[in-house]
Amino acid sequence: MDSHQPLSDAQAGTATADREMIRFDKVVKRFGDNVVLNELDFTVSPGEFVTLIGPSGSGKTTILRLLMTLEKVDGGTIQVDGEYLSHMERGGKLVPADEKHLRKVRRHIGMVFQQFNLFPNMKVLQNITEAPMRVLGKSRAEAEERGRELLEMVGLSEKVDAHPSQLSGGQQQRVAIARALAMEPDVLLLDEVTSALDPELVAGVLAVLKDIATSTEITFLCVTHEMQFAKDVSDRVIMFDHGQVVEEAVPEKLFTSPEHERTREFLHAVIDREV
Amino acid sequence: MFDQIGLIFSTLVRGLPVTIAATLGGIALTVVLSFVAGLALLAPSRTVRFLSRVYVEGFRGTSEMVQLFWIYFVLPVLVGFELVPLFAGILVLGLNHGAYGAEIVRGAVQSVPKAQYEGAIALSLSPAQRMLRVILPQAVVEMLPSFNNLFIQLLKSTALLYFISAEELTERGQLLAPSLPIAQLVPIYVIELLFYLLLAVLITVGMRALERVGARRLGRRAPRRRSTPPVTAGGV
Ligand SMILES: Nc1ncnc2c1ncn2[C@@H]1O[C@H](COP(=O)(O)OP(=O)(O)OP(=O)(O)O)[C@@H](O)[C@H]1O
Ligand SMILES: [Mg+2]
Repeated sequence: MDSHQPLSDAQAGTATADREMIRFDKVVKRFGDNVVLNELDFTVSPGEFVTLIGPSGSGKTTILRLLMTLEKVDGGTIQVDGEYLSHMERGGKLVPADEKHLRKVRRHIGMVFQQFNLFPNMKVLQNITEAPMRVLGKSRAEAEERGRELLEMVGLSEKVDAHPSQLSGGQQQRVAIARALAMEPDVLLLDEVTSALDPELVAGVLAVLKDIATSTEITFLCVTHEMQFAKDVSDRVIMFDHGQVVEEAVPEKLFTSPEHERTREFLHAVIDREV
Repeated sequence: MFDQIGLIFSTLVRGLPVTIAATLGGIALTVVLSFVAGLALLAPSRTVRFLSRVYVEGFRGTSEMVQLFWIYFVLPVLVGFELVPLFAGILVLGLNHGAYGAEIVRGAVQSVPKAQYEGAIALSLSPAQRMLRVILPQAVVEMLPSFNNLFIQLLKSTALLYFISAEELTERGQLLAPSLPIAQLVPIYVIELLFYLLLAVLITVGMRALERVGARRLGRRAPRRRSTPPVTAGGV
């Protein structure tokens, strides 16, 4: 890990006109000998909805897990809203972030997982209110009021007192979305949030997400195989392979006339699978 | 004949309070030590993990009876401070079974899926909050069947207190035996066994009730009936 790097320019000027919500700078991630991300650069603007596509094993989940601080970078830096995520400043140098720093920057970011990851020891409402009360310091009344609002928004008002295990996968995923939103994240990460669901439950979850994407300022970074959904909601689609950006474009362009052969092959494969 | 059974019964009953006190005290200490040592086995600090490992292996790997003799007979010589037999017994029962319990706690905490930690991290919960609010409430439910086994082992180990004259159930029987004709040994030991069995059943009933509460908390229908890994604490 290159732990001592000089501060970059991007760090010095905080409130530039074109603010970046997410910035990957030459990010390297390895698992043993497997170089998953190889000096990856990309940025996401505030409020943007960006979809990541790419073949299995290309590192999409790894990118989201790095942002959620579930993994550590092996090189390069990640910034969120102008603040270093992977590193912190110490006497004009960048050093790897410690737990305290991670806990501070993590608050900007929320994540919805493929397998929902609801807490079985808490009922639906408590799943949503736990972190706002303990981390954001909200009162129970405040947190529960917001929790009920969010449950209504995802169409699950009547499930307030249910156990997660009593819900369908689609309902569990909508609770997980409400739970992530309750922390008021600036960035929401979605990792194949519908791929563990029965086909008839997918549409409900995607409708909720589309609703949130259009009605909030939240920046989205989304990994999905739902190409129609990606087309509908994305401002930009980034095609990855071998830990590098192959190409990126607005969805209309990338899905209809991709520039790279690799993208064309991938889209063909995905569309064949869907039929 | 019936007089004598009455005598045997009433004598043995007088041993029950000490056996019950030793069991409950031992269980309380076992639970505390299991959690402290079990979580210490998972601590980020190598030193803490090492110290806990020394405790666990030390008490699992040596004879419970010798431990008792150390605490009751040797310790007073070394530090000049003598423990009441009951407390010496509770201390040894707790220290010994706590070492087994530590492994139960460690295993149960590690059996909680990694996804639960990651869900808690994604909500910015602190390490302590993750453990106390998310991981342990799930892990505790997993621990209950193994603790049931361990507590029954502990109950049976209270017979060790005979050797330090704590006047518990087994000792009452042993003291009674020589005064009665040989034929009366059978009722003595039958009643003794029935008393231990009764106490063991009470422990199981209590633990099953806790299992049901735990299962309900986790939104499971009924406690999963499954074979628990045998916890073989040294019996007598
Ligand atoms: N914890 C880990 N340990 C070792 N290797 C890992 C680990 N996590 C991911 N990898 C490897 O990193 C590479 C990228 O994995 P990643 O999960 O990011 O891919 P992905 O693009 O999300 O794929 P998919 O579309 O199948 O979900 C894969 O080769 C994978 O085997
Ligand atoms: Mg993935």
